[in-house]
Amino acid sequence: MMVNSENRKANKFNTKGNWFVIIVIVSFLLFPLVIKNDYIIDVAFFFGIYTLLGLSLNIVLGEVGLFDLGHMGFAAIGAYTTAILNTTFGIPVLVLIPVSAIAAAIFAYLVCSPIIHLKGDYLCIVTIGMGEIIRLTLLNNPFGLTGGPNGVFGICFPSIGNLLVIDSCVKFYYYIWIIIGLTVIALIRLQNSRIGRAWNYVREDVIAAEASGIDVRYYKLLAFVIGAALAGVAGNIYATKLMIVSPESFTFMESCLLFCIVLIGGMGSIPGVFIGAAAISFFPEIFQAFAQYRMLIFGAVMVIMMMFRPGGAWPRQRGKIQTESIIIRAEKSEI
Amino acid sequence: MKLIVEQLLNGLTIGSFYSLIALGYSMVYGVMKLINFAHGDFFTFGSYLGYTLLVMGTAFATSTLGVWGGMIAAMLVAAIGSGTLGILVERIAYRPIYPTGRLPAVVSALGASIFIQNSIMVIWGARPHAYTSEVVPDYIMNIFGLRINLLQIIILALSFFLMGVLYYVIQKTTFGAAIRASALDRETAALMGINIKLIIFFIFALGPALGGTAGVMVGIYYRKISFIMGWNYGLKAFTATILGGIGNIHGAMIGGLILGVLEMLGSTYVSTAYKDVFVFLVLILVLIFRPTGILGEKIAEKV
Amino acid sequence: MTEKNDIILETKKLTKRFGGLIAVNQFDLEVTRGKISSIIGPNGAGKTTVFNVITSIYQPDDGEYYFKGEKLFGLKPHQILTKGIARTFQNIRLFPNMTCLENVMAGQHARSDSGIWHSIFRAPSQMKEEKKIREIAEMRLEQVGLSGYKHELAKNIAYGSQRMLEIARALASNPSLLILDEPSSGLNDKETEDLMGFLDNLLIDDLTLLLIEHDMNVVMGISDWVTVMDEGKKIAEGKPKEIYHNPTVIEAYLGKEEEED
Repeated sequence: MMVNSENRKANKFNTKGNWFVIIVIVSFLLFPLVIKNDYIIDVAFFFGIYTLLGLSLNIVLGEVGLFDLGHMGFAAIGAYTTAILNTTFGIPVLVLIPVSAIAAAIFAYLVCSPIIHLKGDYLCIVTIGMGEIIRLTLLNNPFGLTGGPNGVFGICFPSIGNLLVIDSCVKFYYYIWIIIGLTVIALIRLQNSRIGRAWNYVREDVIAAEASGIDVRYYKLLAFVIGAALAGVAGNIYATKLMIVSPESFTFMESCLLFCIVLIGGMGSIPGVFIGAAAISFFPEIFQAFAQYRMLIFGAVMVIMMMFRPGGAWPRQRGKIQTESIIIRAEKSEI
Repeated sequence: MKLIVEQLLNGLTIGSFYSLIALGYSMVYGVMKLINFAHGDFFTFGSYLGYTLLVMGTAFATSTLGVWGGMIAAMLVAAIGSGTLGILVERIAYRPIYPTGRLPAVVSALGASIFIQNSIMVIWGARPHAYTSEVVPDYIMNIFGLRINLLQIIILALSFFLMGVLYYVIQKTTFGAAIRASALDRETAALMGINIKLIIFFIFALGPALGGTAGVMVGIYYRKISFIMGWNYGLKAFTATILGGIGNIHGAMIGGLILGVLEMLGSTYVSTAYKDVFVFLVLILVLIFRPTGILGEKIAEKV
Repeated sequence: MTEKNDIILETKKLTKRFGGLIAVNQFDLEVTRGKISSIIGPNGAGKTTVFNVITSIYQPDDGEYYFKGEKLFGLKPHQILTKGIARTFQNIRLFPNMTCLENVMAGQHARSDSGIWHSIFRAPSQMKEEKKIREIAEMRLEQVGLSGYKHELAKNIAYGSQRMLEIARALASNPSLLILDEPSSGLNDKETEDLMGFLDNLLIDDLTLLLIEHDMNVVMGISDWVTVMDEGKKIAEGKPKEIYHNPTVIEAYLGKEEEED
């Protein structure tokens, strides 16, 4: 009896939540049809890039609490993998999405394995160092592969033969937001699994997590590997949109902005990442009238924001909803 | 041989800039457990203040005080200016946020950094500026066939003097003991009657003041300054802090010097283009084998 | 003494040093299956360090220990749990920003194995496993009387409840040995009494308990066997009654406490 009424309550909450989600999805789908301005649609595309990158950092920083200030390095690995393989061997960029993801993931695994035991700020500086090493190496054109400061250009558009070529602002918009949609579904499912919980246990208390049977090292590495893979995908899309990749897109400053996306939104909160990414991408556009003052205002807003909402704009809600929904789905699947 | 000595000296000079900046990171981190991302921008601010005094206003300081006098005056002004800015930033951007946790404070620090950086750009313009040659003392000496710039010696001497004074204050005075106590355990220190507010005030004035002084030194040494240079120097200095072992001041000093020398060795014997890669690789290697830096103490977590 | 195969945990000349300090010195301990054993001793005697060595948070410098006859060496703390040893901490370590239910679900983590792809694609096996994890967690919450708080964040419940929550989390891994580090500290008389009843009841489930305890009423009330430590060494052991009248113990431990009172 007791369980039943609880389930009903959870269901009710779910329907309310569902309506909100449907409205968000519909407005994202309709956006390019209503707003026919290519510039604004492009801004919305880059909002998408930041969202994807924010989601990828959120795994490392938000879910596990590892300070990663070199995350753009992983995106750079993905972007350059795509750029080099596409321009030299002509491999279609869609095929290169998994390749970029795997390249970034392998890189993350190799680099993070020896340093994963480092604590908080020490790990932080190593990730900064890693990001800088990647950027500086790309800048120096090793083996003539990366084109130095000019980068690699002439990357093809994503296409499936001649059936579908993603070549316009609107197509790119749908392209990235569909990928984000799929990513979000996967990430929500991970959050509600033993893996997502294990990540959170590690963030909350490493020693208690270990004593409760969580292989801390494994889950920290897993977070880095998955976060890097996702950043690699974002790098791939970024490269195909701009058709050029260059080291200046992957600076320490950009990594810091990603850090802010996660914290402005709220640690470990997926809707929070959307808010953070929107803030980062739309803010400079909205304040364009203020020209050189806009970043100044942006900095001030960050400080003020932390004064009034230190937990982020949309902190992750824990409790009934997610755990109940699992059990309901599990029960449904058994029927 | 000649090359080694000259490069070593160059490395020490750059290293002393890093050390001066690193001290600010380390002191703030020690007491507040906060990475003060705005610290690099205090350094830039000091550099621009020195520039204003020396170069703008038709080299007023240099003409009345002479080249050396002007330099010292610029450093003093930069120290006072950056120190004041540091105190303001602590009041506005850290104090209200600090109690809510470390991560919001990091975001706030980043925000403060972006704010200061862009304020500098708005005030002085986005173009890089140059310390012109008439305000820069320039005497090349020949010692045993080594070409040594007197300026380098002066900068080194001054940095070591400042570090020495700070070291003395922190290690030998009662006030310094209070700072070290707060770094070990803020709550207990407060219970023992140590005025934490005063200590925070002190480190947020002194750290940026040292950084600002380094800013003028960099201006005089390299001539060229830009509003974004704080990030690069800040990053290097932060690296130096971690390399030496964060939270203790001799770690910051030695870390900075080692980093400067490594950078020079890297650019001489590895490649100029890869010198920073070399530096970061060494950092990572050091941390793999000594997870708390060269001079950092291993602290076992109480379970 | 009991027969050898009734010893679930045994340490032999266990030694742990921190710099010059010998925290645990050639410590021998035998824990009998299905009983409640306690370690007592003055502050700083090295009791918690023994626990930390047994649960692999520290590696011993010398000596060895056996669990169910198997020598444990060089394992990580999470592997110790899978062997069947679960523990709580002196200064309660929960996952503060997670719900009570999620806290207890942690105990089942090592008893389940759905991987990342199963989770992303919601494979039927994964969902079944989630349901099992959840049911066990709810059962353990019920057992410690915290069902009503399952959706509350762990940091928001009362101190006494937090202690019980930590025990529930340890129990959720279905351990054969439960190690409790001062379970009654910070509890009021009523809560302590409830705890004693609760711990006694646990033995029905074929569980062995090892506790560090300061409260003599608890130690004397529920222990089957008491080991006394001082300065890293075992100075006495025996049934609670024997210990209570042992002059060495009174001098090292009980005597001091009475003076303080």
